[in-house]
Amino acid sequence: MKTLLVFEYRRGKPAEANQELLGFAAAAGGECAGVLVGAESGLPAFGGKLYLGDIASLGEYDPGRHAELVLQAAQKESPDLIVFLQSSYGWDLAPRVAGRLKAAQVSAVTGLAEGGFETACCNGKMRRLVKPATKVAVLTLQEGSFPLSGTPSGTPAVEKLAPSGSSAGLEFAGYEEPEKKEVDLAKAEVIVSAGRGIGKKDNVPAIAALASALNGEMGASRPVVDAGWVDHNRQVGATGQIVSPKLYVACAISGAIQHLTGMRNSEFIVAVNTDKDAPISEVADVMVIADVMPFVAALTDKLKK
Amino acid sequence: MKILVCIKQIPDMASKFKPNAAGSWFSEADLAFRMNEYDEYAVEEAVKLREKDPASELAVLSVGPARVVEALKKALAMGCDRAVHVPDEEAYRKDPWQIASIIAGYAKKGNFDIIFTGMQSQDRGSAQIGPLLAGMLGFSCVTTAIGFSLEGRTATAKRELEGGAKGVVKAALPAVITCQLGLNTPRYPTLPNIMKAKKKEIAVLNAAELSSEAALAGTEKFYAPVKKGTGLVLEGGDAAALAGKLIDVLKEKTTVLRG
Repeated sequence: MKTLLVFEYRRGKPAEANQELLGFAAAAGGECAGVLVGAESGLPAFGGKLYLGDIASLGEYDPGRHAELVLQAAQKESPDLIVFLQSSYGWDLAPRVAGRLKAAQVSAVTGLAEGGFETACCNGKMRRLVKPATKVAVLTLQEGSFPLSGTPSGTPAVEKLAPSGSSAGLEFAGYEEPEKKEVDLAKAEVIVSAGRGIGKKDNVPAIAALASALNGEMGASRPVVDAGWVDHNRQVGATGQIVSPKLYVACAISGAIQHLTGMRNSEFIVAVNTDKDAPISEVADVMVIADVMPFVAALTDKLKK
Repeated sequence: MKILVCIKQIPDMASKFKPNAAGSWFSEADLAFRMNEYDEYAVEEAVKLREKDPASELAVLSVGPARVVEALKKALAMGCDRAVHVPDEEAYRKDPWQIASIIAGYAKKGNFDIIFTGMQSQDRGSAQIGPLLAGMLGFSCVTTAIGFSLEGRTATAKRELEGGAKGVVKAALPAVITCQLGLNTPRYPTLPNIMKAKKKEIAVLNAAELSSEAALAGTEKFYAPVKKGTGLVLEGGDAAALAGKLIDVLKEKTTVLRG
């Protein structure tokens, strides 16, 4: 098995998540090479061959030309697998590369199994075993699925490539920074988060009351923030805040992967849910199977006494 | 302006999923189906654009079995002008390449300026259809849009990035835009609009005539994940009793209730 890893730059430096690509390469075995749009002054720790496109000319987001670079590297390496992270960069670029090669793509890979790939489906609740039928396959890796044991090391042998090709009708016009975080959830010892299952905005104060009874902060899952029930600065998840409190209480949160990414490193996780099989159960130390609002009220009541 | 929005119908994600007889996907027995949530945002964005320009036209398309007509009807009631149903009982066995090929087979004759779709489906979660479709049609493509505006022939979309920042991308039309949750607030169809929608056209097209592409990948198995943790389950009894049990556990296993 020969693997081509597509490393990522985020905001001017190699993404920390790149080590999951190395974790995958270690799990898959065989030869591996890398490709990156980046700069020689900041290369990922990787001991293999690295095809490098210059970020100064290619930019951090230019999927037309980045795809071209990956295709050039693929032509030189003839890999069996071209591997991306399941990230805003990876899920955008991978299908463009797969489409150009007419290669099978397996998204959100969580494991290797029976000569195929296991992927998450049904909102992370179920798994599929998928087998590509093409000579080369494109993968995106579900975050957290291929941890690297140890610290990555090595200096890559760089070969520079200068892809031609067009920007595919796109022009990157810069970043818009997130609003200033007035609530720093990362410092809270206890976080009680509200999920969509609380039902309505009127129930938010009861969740906040439980948080306060535990001397903690209130957090929220993405749908609750999207619905305007809770401010964005309390959102926990991949696109909100990444937290690791001593106690995390997830109230009526099913556990979409992007939420789990934000809280799975909490020391102790309690999930209150009516669905015993909700994906949050994968990370919960305690699952309380109950209607959330009466339970939250009873718990708050007892804690206050 | 000719606008297309592509939608999928998916089961309620709170359902209990059981494998079908072949063990390759879920059994549809006892499942309630609805429009893919990401696609609701796509429909809303398409309808908003449609409303700005009375001369424009908005079609909604779905590939799938007879039940998907319900999702099409909802999109019509939300404001799409006409619907296209590509009946396909085997759609669940098709891979993203095949589905994108079917849509491309229709869209290439439609002279569309802009195509909206969800960034992914909630059941399959492949997030491939949009970019694959754009590649097949030679359209530009922006994924994960949580902001969208159009000026002349240039769309400006905001992409959601890790950590809460957004990337601003300008895309020349024709373009495919894949929509992320939170892009807008999808409207509920009103009763008068549901009535009006009953008169709107639902064209039926033949999947095999739109594309005969073979699958590039196949699903061999469908199953529940192996649970990593052996978490404690508290259930039964009234809320106060459960709360008491949880407090006992928290006192034993954490430090947050001490001092």
